[in-house]
Amino acid sequence: MASLIYEGAGTSPGQEGGPISEFAMRSEPFPLKEPLAPAHLIADQGDIPAARSVSASVVERVYRHRLPVRISHWLNVPILIILIMSGLQIFNAHPALYWDDRSDREHPFISIRPMKTESGEMRGITTILGYKFDTTGVLGYSDGKRRAFPAWATIPSAKVLAMGRQWHLFFAWALVINGLFFMTYAWLSRHVTRDLAPTGKDLRGIGQAVKDHVVLRHPKGEEAKRYNVLQKLAYVVILFMVAPLIVLTGLTMSPTIDTAFPWLLTLFGGRQAARTVHFIACFTFVGFIVIHVLEVILTGFFNNIRSMVTGWFVVKHEAGR
Amino acid sequence: MIPHERAMERRQFLKGTLGAASLVALAGCDNLSQTSWFPSILSKAEKLTERVQRAVTPANALAKEYGEADISKVFPANGNTDPGTEEYAEHVAKNYSEWTVDVVGMVQTPISWSLAALKELPSRTQITRHDCVEGWSAIGKWTGVPLGELLRQVEPLPNAKYAVFHCADVDEDGIPYYESMALADCYHPQTILAYELNDTPLDIPHGAPIRLRFEQQLGYKQAKYVMMIELVETLSGIAGGKGGYWEDDQGYEWYAGI
Repeated sequence: MASLIYEGAGTSPGQEGGPISEFAMRSEPFPLKEPLAPAHLIADQGDIPAARSVSASVVERVYRHRLPVRISHWLNVPILIILIMSGLQIFNAHPALYWDDRSDREHPFISIRPMKTESGEMRGITTILGYKFDTTGVLGYSDGKRRAFPAWATIPSAKVLAMGRQWHLFFAWALVINGLFFMTYAWLSRHVTRDLAPTGKDLRGIGQAVKDHVVLRHPKGEEAKRYNVLQKLAYVVILFMVAPLIVLTGLTMSPTIDTAFPWLLTLFGGRQAARTVHFIACFTFVGFIVIHVLEVILTGFFNNIRSMVTGWFVVKHEAGR
Repeated sequence: MIPHERAMERRQFLKGTLGAASLVALAGCDNLSQTSWFPSILSKAEKLTERVQRAVTPANALAKEYGEADISKVFPANGNTDPGTEEYAEHVAKNYSEWTVDVVGMVQTPISWSLAALKELPSRTQITRHDCVEGWSAIGKWTGVPLGELLRQVEPLPNAKYAVFHCADVDEDGIPYYESMALADCYHPQTILAYELNDTPLDIPHGAPIRLRFEQQLGYKQAKYVMMIELVETLSGIAGGKGGYWEDDQGYEWYAGI
């Protein structure tokens, strides 16, 4: 249940009374009072003298994330970090990607290799579709070592393929189990249909949403209670496209799974193509995580973290209007 | 405190916390990797993988077989590319005429096959994909005798659970290469003792004169230079006890289905 905290005496919650659903995103629309003025007061600014009642704002606490979502979310943090970093360790064992079933070493799609210049100097060279880029220091050659991804990006930091595989294959199961747990919950609780699926209205507003995001103008007040359309699309794409893709392409690299389900090879265009798609999906995750964390910081770090830890999210409304 | 000061303090706190946390976490992962207990927890995943993969894979389902046009122009050879021992050099000099594959251990009748005898048995040719643990794949055309054929002749005892492949190659410390697989997998129609790659007798880098093809698993399971196949009930008494050279030495998975 949501509770309302009134900041400043004398103002009445007026139309904002009444129960609010557990899921903020599903709550009944408030009587429109747009445009909402930007809130100038920080969320947890304790007591305010009664004298300020004229401009006081109403702080509403909404229960935004239910426990299973919060558990699943935080489990994903170490799981994804470990999977990405141990995956880069595995990549380092053969730092080239191909399409098709075979590794045609003369024509990789991408390769990251140490190469000696004519003067005998070691450089890290990243080759994409035949175009060479000098990436010394990060890719190909870093800290005096011939390695595709640098030590700080891999688990373990030293070059140990066997241990990287052990980490990766253990946490791959953790991702799958956590993913199945979340998916089951999200469908049964209708989290997917209520909160994640963009509505027609959402999609029609996508142009404005893009413009707002570009200038870092984020939804406030009532609009902040539900996921905005870009957020919904990002979650839907990651949860229902990229995550299954990364699991399926991972499985396609297994010779036993290919024996059991040969159509996986057809679907991805071969085992090496599946490895390449796995890599691209990984960096889609990296991109998502970077933007996700950035948005968490930009839209009120402590409020966001609190809502993912305790479930409670604070929304500010200008009162007395 | 005025709001922007507070925001700055928060930012500082955030930066410091994240930086410190990531350093501690990375060092932690490295330390955990070096303990004995943590990797043993990680390796539980191998058992789960084996159980699930065996459950979803029909016993005689075939690995994809490719066409002639798909064969890799270069089939890289990995691991030991020449046993380098005097004994092996003698075999090479005699064109493997005295090479035998002995099937021993928990069997009714141990049998020793010469290379010529193996080639007289029914053969199977398959164009399959070889997946190295490093990540690359190569496609080759293998001809050899189905291992199940040999096993039917030696008649394994009921308690035999694994086939151990003893090889002619040794590492720089003199430790011989060996591998093992579940006896049940030995009867898979594509599991063969290969003596030809791409229509020519195996060369030394690819395991001459005999190597295993076990198409459901990774490259390091495909033992080269096979001299003896020993049927056992448990792998614990053999070398490091983990069922293979790379398993003992590096901690690679014994069940290399993925």
